Amino acid sequence: MYHQSPVHSSAGTSHGSNRSYLIGFILSVVLTIIPFALVMYPSLPRNITAWLVVAIGAIQIFAHLKYFLHLDTAAEQRWNLIALIFSAVIILLLVGLSLWIMDSIHHNMLAH
Amino acid sequence: MTNTILEKDIAHTHEQGHEDAGSLRIFGFWIYLMTDCILFATLFAGYAVLRDSVAGGPSTVDIFELPYVLTETMLLLFSSITYGYAMLAMNRNEPKYVIRWLGLTFLLGLGFIGMEINEFHHLIQEGYGPDRSAFLTGFFTLVGTHGAHVATGLIWMAVLMVQVRSSGITDSTSTRLSCLSLFWHFLDVVWICVFTVVYLLGVV
Repeated sequence: MYHQSPVHSSAGTSHGSNRSYLIGFILSVVLTIIPFALVMYPSLPRNITAWLVVAIGAIQIFAHLKYFLHLDTAAEQRWNLIALIFSAVIILLLVGLSLWIMDSIHHNMLAH
Repeated sequence: MTNTILEKDIAHTHEQGHEDAGSLRIFGFWIYLMTDCILFATLFAGYAVLRDSVAGGPSTVDIFELPYVLTETMLLLFSSITYGYAMLAMNRNEPKYVIRWLGLTFLLGLGFIGMEINEFHHLIQEGYGPDRSAFLTGFFTLVGTHGAHVATGLIWMAVLMVQVRSSGITDSTSTRLSCLSLFWHFLDVVWICVFTVVYLLGVV
């Protein structure tokens, strides 16, 4: 069943958590500086930079979910994960379809 | 292996009925965060659609200053790890350190909010307020909503610092600390989307 309460976790996990926060922090700093550097000191074609920035952002989100929000595939976390995946699907539909619809309107009505 | 853990869990829960309620509350809070995600997704969709509707006003390239945004981002990242250390202190049952780390997190969060208010103030003074163009409306709504969340988190954090000081680390304060932990790290995830989609893709 669902069970998550850090305060009652066994003493052994405390050290691991400390490490996990540090790894997460270093990862996010690196994954923040790289895209900012790519945009501030442009050296690649615009298109490639944009895709790289998005890809690195996605990786950083996963790093945060794993190291800060401690989300994993363990049985105790299953319901959190299912809720997250469900919202991710909703968000993809919401954002993706909105952009698609508005783009079609733009092409078909404004630019003939 | 799994069985023993499960039995231990059940035995543990029987001992302290509170604990189960606490973890259920944290799960409920997680569900709320997921709905909040969807709220932000609609704002992102709105922003993405309106981004090029500048109505002759400034566009993304004109108003965004990346070094400034990088500093804001670093403040939030540091506040994420200091909150993590507050949680570790909570696990070690050291209320004094919980309050110290929370205080540091609070200051970092306050710095972030201050920088954001300064940015907004600067833009509005130049006549680039949310009423200037659809792009600026979308920008102020999206970034402002994130800022409002961070400000709410700061008030919550201040209240929790007082509660931990007066009653120590109990079942209820630790549940609240865990919920705020999820909230704070979640806001950081939203900020990753903001600086990627709004600022970086705006300037690239």
